[in-house]
Amino acid sequence: MDIFRYIAKRYTLIIDSDIFYSFRRSPVTVVAAVITVTYILGTIFAPWIAPHNSYDLTSLSLLDAFLPPAWIEGGTTNFLLGTDDQGRGILSTIIWGSRLSLGVGFAAVIFSGILGTALGLISGSAGGRVDAFIMRVAEVQLTFPAILIALLVDGVSRGLMNVYEAEAMAIYVVIFSIGVSFWPQYARTVRASTVVEMEKSYVEAAQVAGRHPAVIMVRHVLPNVMGPVLVITTINLALAIILEATLSFLGVGIPPTEPSLGTMIRIGNDYLFSGEWWITVFPGAALAVLVLAVNLLGDWMRDAFNPKLR
Amino acid sequence: MSEQLLDVQDLRVMLPTRKGLLTAVDGVSMSIAAGEVLGVVGESGAGKSLTGAAITGLLEPPLYIANGKIELEGKRIDNLSYSKMRRIRGKQIGAIFQDPLTSLNPLYSVGRQLVETITTHLPVSDAVAKRQAIDLLKEVGLPAAEARIGHFPHQFSGGMRQRVVIALALCANPRLIIADEPTTALDVSIQAQIIRLLKRLCREHKTAVMLITHDMGVIAETADRVAVMYAGRIVEVGPVKDVIKNPHHPYTVGLMNSIPSIAREVEWLTQIDGAMPRLNDIPDGCAFHPRCPHAFERCRRERPNLIPMRNSQAACWLCKKEGADEQRQ
Amino acid sequence: MSSDNKPLVRARNLTRHFDVSPPFLNRVLEGKQRQFVKAVENIDFDIARGETFALVGESGCGKTTVARMLVGLERPTSGSMEFDGTDIALLKTRREMRQYRRRMQMIFQDPYASLNPRWRVMSIVAEPIRSFGTVKGNDAVRARVFKLLRQVGLGEDDAYNYPHEFSGGQRQRIAIARALATRPEFVVCDEPTSALDVSVQAQILNLMKRLQKELGLSYLLITHDLAVVHHIASRVGVMYLGHLCESADTRTIFSAPRHPYTKLLLETLPDLSMQGRQRVPMAGEVPSPMNPPSGCVFHPRCPYAMEICKKKLPERQNVGHELVACHAYQAEK
Repeated sequence: MDIFRYIAKRYTLIIDSDIFYSFRRSPVTVVAAVITVTYILGTIFAPWIAPHNSYDLTSLSLLDAFLPPAWIEGGTTNFLLGTDDQGRGILSTIIWGSRLSLGVGFAAVIFSGILGTALGLISGSAGGRVDAFIMRVAEVQLTFPAILIALLVDGVSRGLMNVYEAEAMAIYVVIFSIGVSFWPQYARTVRASTVVEMEKSYVEAAQVAGRHPAVIMVRHVLPNVMGPVLVITTINLALAIILEATLSFLGVGIPPTEPSLGTMIRIGNDYLFSGEWWITVFPGAALAVLVLAVNLLGDWMRDAFNPKLR
Repeated sequence: MSEQLLDVQDLRVMLPTRKGLLTAVDGVSMSIAAGEVLGVVGESGAGKSLTGAAITGLLEPPLYIANGKIELEGKRIDNLSYSKMRRIRGKQIGAIFQDPLTSLNPLYSVGRQLVETITTHLPVSDAVAKRQAIDLLKEVGLPAAEARIGHFPHQFSGGMRQRVVIALALCANPRLIIADEPTTALDVSIQAQIIRLLKRLCREHKTAVMLITHDMGVIAETADRVAVMYAGRIVEVGPVKDVIKNPHHPYTVGLMNSIPSIAREVEWLTQIDGAMPRLNDIPDGCAFHPRCPHAFERCRRERPNLIPMRNSQAACWLCKKEGADEQRQ
Repeated sequence: MSSDNKPLVRARNLTRHFDVSPPFLNRVLEGKQRQFVKAVENIDFDIARGETFALVGESGCGKTTVARMLVGLERPTSGSMEFDGTDIALLKTRREMRQYRRRMQMIFQDPYASLNPRWRVMSIVAEPIRSFGTVKGNDAVRARVFKLLRQVGLGEDDAYNYPHEFSGGQRQRIAIARALATRPEFVVCDEPTSALDVSVQAQILNLMKRLQKELGLSYLLITHDLAVVHHIASRVGVMYLGHLCESADTRTIFSAPRHPYTKLLLETLPDLSMQGRQRVPMAGEVPSPMNPPSGCVFHPRCPYAMEICKKKLPERQNVGHELVACHAYQAEK
């Protein structure tokens, strides 16, 4: 009985909310959302959607290498967007690569989100020296570009492992290095919101009710600072995807046996001037569209969650 | 009777929202004679501040004036362009807001703000304007006005800031001042000082004041006439003594009785149950009827207009003879 | 006062200073001094069972700090506060404090900020019950919340809504229901009606009075509104810049105030009976608590100020069970 009432209430709250209204009123955002959802669904169902499994080395044939897109002479409908130097279909590789890019992106922002939010909450509620320490570390890290931090973490971890381990762990190293380079933004935003929320008397009411400070942080303050976190997460998702592509392009990210979008662009880059433009252009376009869509979504969220701009 | 300085006829302010048009101010008519203090009192959401903003042309979009006219000294001002309205604001209408900090520019000294306002509206040189500014600051009771004219707003205390704002509102010698909750942000001991000051200055300058507040005490001390607003409508208007001592509208009666007073010992305060309706569900007929202890059939059906009583007017069917008869049956 | 009729709350020499010093580096490099705000300075008062004690004063007088110290949101710098015979200022740990927390609750000023916007009313009101475990089992907790909501004049269905769906007055009712959830004996009310409209204020004041009668509550009422004090309080303490100027029965305060500040505060009350009485406004403004005047803190605004007032802080004098701290009153006597 209770639960039904609760679900009905939640549903009407969402449909009725200003956020949903502002979403419906912005066609660009709707398109961006549709594109993003398409990508996500496409990557989830990649094994069924992609014509070939590009990561299955046994299915590749070097005879298929450098085939142009289907509509150009020499192309086949088997490989709609052509193939690369290993004979992997570009379309299939884009689908599998997007899966990797989005996966790494999500994992990285979730990792940095949890790390940054936790540190921000601690910083904002503890105050004093703990606060000063966490914030100074964040500020120092912010003075370095994210790509530099990621390269550093990546390089150090590669130095600690042998080649085979590094190959196997590559994806986790990338997630970790991107995640680490993004936490200060979360920490600073969450800290600022936490300080504001801590001033409100509902926090004091919970103290008077004898709640443990940790319970107050998690159950009272955290839900009220999640709005900005969601916005940063969306904007950071686009940044993380780009960062992953950059790392892969530089050859320190995802290994070429399981290419991500960035890896594909790098492979294609070698053949750009020899005429095989499709190897790099199609993954590049796929990356650009994905990042643009996620960014537009993030922009809208930032405006929608900020009552001052509404 | 003297010519009215400000005449508002059937003012209607609308707020477009995604669920349709809401009426925030509904058919308000009022007038202020030269040198008169009209108090506009009501609870939050009654539309009193919006009425003031409509007169000063400071309605924030998407709010807009849908109907009615506002005349200042016989000229319509509700349909003027923004730049024309800006000239009138300051020159003919001064404005004082609740929070003095928002009406002062924190980057300029108060002297510069006063001088700029004076030279914009009056044909005087900077030197003359500065002398006038110092005189004004002295007039509003700022100690050591010559020395403090170069100070910035943050260097003043709350009460002193509000005095500076009053000086700013007065400096072009406007005929009308719209004061929106001028004392609400101040401590009780400062409130009385500011009220006295406002009252004295307006008498001396013969400036009319529209005093918007939720505080009946402020109205009782300051106003000549009072308009009581409820849910965007004026429910009662008249000389302040009549309205306070002998209110006719049940809302005004309830409001007066609900204020705790040190003059009487009562076990329980009279309370008006419920709350002011939100803009999106203002009831049909008389907006007050769901909370009214005397409501009868007609109140639910038909909206009462202001009905003249002996000295004041009240928008209540009880005040109409036949209405009262109907209830008695 | 008879000795066996011990007060529920007794504060003695209650003091709270805030450290507002500039950061360490600024003190070292710029030679700045440590600075303290004396928010509350040596305050004494008693609150008997079932009575309402009001603390009045203008902003910055320290009345809210007193309230926050009593419910444990702030620790006193020195002094004692006894609750039912135990000095709770000495309790160091959260656990020791907890058993007293259940017995004293607080109603906050702003009902728009005191209810977590992301919680339903059910969870809000149930929070103290769950925290202190006064009622066990979900059904029992729910039943208790329903009863509380009815008690404060709300319906059971309201439990499933979020705070933003209620008006200010209704929200304050929810806050009252929450404060009463653990059956406290003592409730601190920090400006409970100052964010509300007058017609709603009357509802809340009546409700508070009714609940006091029904449940035998003691109230500490923090307010700046003397009319509210007159209506609801049995005894009053008047505070100015951290000091208690005068404390007395409500009747004495309104009919025969002793301290000049109390007299001037009474003058600020608007005259709604329209007798045309000219009130005398108090001169000057409240000085910054960072830099309070010497001697009696009220002397720069006091019409009766003498030479001694500038130099020496007046001592508290007992007049029966009432007290006043003023050189002029002492001299007059």
